[in-house]
Amino acid sequence: MKRHFESPIVLLGARLLSPYIMVFGWYVIFHGHYSPGGGFQGGALLAASVLLIRVAGGAHLGNLQIKEWVNNPIAAIGVLIYFGTGLVAALAGGYFLDYGELPIPGVEAAWLRYIGILIIEVGIGLTVMAVLVMIYDNIVTGEDND
Amino acid sequence: MIWELELVIYIFILISAIVALEVKDLLVAVVMMTIFSFLMALLFVAMGAIDVGFTEAVIGAGVTGLFFVAALYKTSRKTND
Repeated sequence: MKRHFESPIVLLGARLLSPYIMVFGWYVIFHGHYSPGGGFQGGALLAASVLLIRVAGGAHLGNLQIKEWVNNPIAAIGVLIYFGTGLVAALAGGYFLDYGELPIPGVEAAWLRYIGILIIEVGIGLTVMAVLVMIYDNIVTGEDND
Repeated sequence: MIWELELVIYIFILISAIVALEVKDLLVAVVMMTIFSFLMALLFVAMGAIDVGFTEAVIGAGVTGLFFVAALYKTSRKTND
């Protein structure tokens, strides 16, 4: 941000708070099956922890955490995780996104559905985080210097 | 489902919405909209929709307010009308 003032107190507070928000985001993603929450909410929490550092520390410190050009590949990788899981299940003999047909040997169908939903929610969380951080970066940098 | 609590939340939602619409300083409007969003999340949780309330708290009160503040720094802070 252009007119930001270096404030060590705000920066220390953001640095103290940001890892706990990020851990809580992963907790929400990994407990999405049997509790409120899921991929979208967990990804938004991850994005909140990244954006807290970017607001408090400015563009330079934010780029040390997650670089700007990394957002686009992370969003694409999340979509690929989602679509690839569904496609692998479809190629293994079931329907699209039919988690019970995932080709993991030695696991029964209930655990396969558990693991499939987990993989998909990780993909959703990565995409939501990357897209929200990307929106913030595009707002801050503007359209004149790209 | 305590109706007194919901009544208090409704009154605060009305106050924050009216202030957000009428105030001249746009930063105050953004903060009031964040408060509105958080109170809506409390109302959703009080009505039993915990998932919707969680989403509203994270998106409406967290990320959207940040986006509006970042947009305010790129434009002017006062309204013209």
